[in-house]
Amino acid sequence: MKRVWALIVAAGLLLGLAAVYHHQHRPAEFASAVHPMAPDFDVTAIDGKKLSLVDYRGKVVLLDFWATWCTPCREEIPRFVQLQEKYGQQRFQIIGISMDDSIEPVRQFYGEFHMNYPVALGGAKLGELYGGILGLPIAFLLDREGRIVSKQIGPTAPGVFDREIATALGR
Amino acid sequence: MTHRPVVRLGAGTAVFLVVMFTSLLAISNALPTPRAATTDQQAESIPAQDLIQPAELAKMGKRTSEKPLMIQVGSRVLYEEAHIPGSEYIGPASSPEGREKLRKRLESVSRLKVVVLYCGCCPWSHCPNVKPAWDLVHSLGFSRAKVLYISNNFGTDWVDKGYPTAKGQ
Repeated sequence: MKRVWALIVAAGLLLGLAAVYHHQHRPAEFASAVHPMAPDFDVTAIDGKKLSLVDYRGKVVLLDFWATWCTPCREEIPRFVQLQEKYGQQRFQIIGISMDDSIEPVRQFYGEFHMNYPVALGGAKLGELYGGILGLPIAFLLDREGRIVSKQIGPTAPGVFDREIATALGR
Repeated sequence: MTHRPVVRLGAGTAVFLVVMFTSLLAISNALPTPRAATTDQQAESIPAQDLIQPAELAKMGKRTSEKPLMIQVGSRVLYEEAHIPGSEYIGPASSPEGREKLRKRLESVSRLKVVVLYCGCCPWSHCPNVKPAWDLVHSLGFSRAKVLYISNNFGTDWVDKGYPTAKGQ
């Protein structure tokens, strides 16, 4: 009988520890999946080329609002470079929208961090178009039809975007 | 023949397991939410007595006597999207240019004035602007200076809470 109770207590503890582990390792704030169409926009990328969101219809898009002065962004972007390399051949595209005040630091950052996806300056109007970009980083994942399937506010735990992108790509 | 005890989980045992699971989950929820490791602890070194919470500042703004001088020391783009009504934009205090503009703005301001600095660009522990701004204001002798504590970002901790907001320059 004592052995039985020991097993029951151990099972309870294990369940509880599993709950603690799950809570401690959950991803950063995650808005529940909404599927409105992502607002289209036209901007000029830092290489001078026109960048229109509608041109990426048919691809899974990670739309990342960031800035050069944003410390969590600086930590995320190398991971984004890796994700672009990993999934770029599977009709996946990251687009970086910088909320910097001017383009010079963005160009410098682009080269320093070896960014491998298009980047453009956003501005207040584009931020308002996306419901107000009032803190960074904020990233939207769009499906191939251009619908917003997730929104991540703030720094994200490593692996979160990888899993979401893989899901959106239908793997 | 040896008979092994048969484990039957009665109602009491099930209740015990559920209570234990729920208790540990509750304890877990009470624990601080983990965040990404940061190399910038500056904002967290601002003394607690020099911080002001959003709710408190919102109330202060409603009082007609002695409105504080509010200065946003972060991003212009974010300021244009939304800022506290009556607040001024100076420039990112993480840059020497921003700090110089802040210093010049405060040259003619009484050292007894209540000055409130805020940013809200990033989670508090990652903000590169508020601590340099506070250091400067403190060094200039503004003993009543406060920094608005924004835990996550301006959108989450001010706008979404329904506090007064203005747009534009």
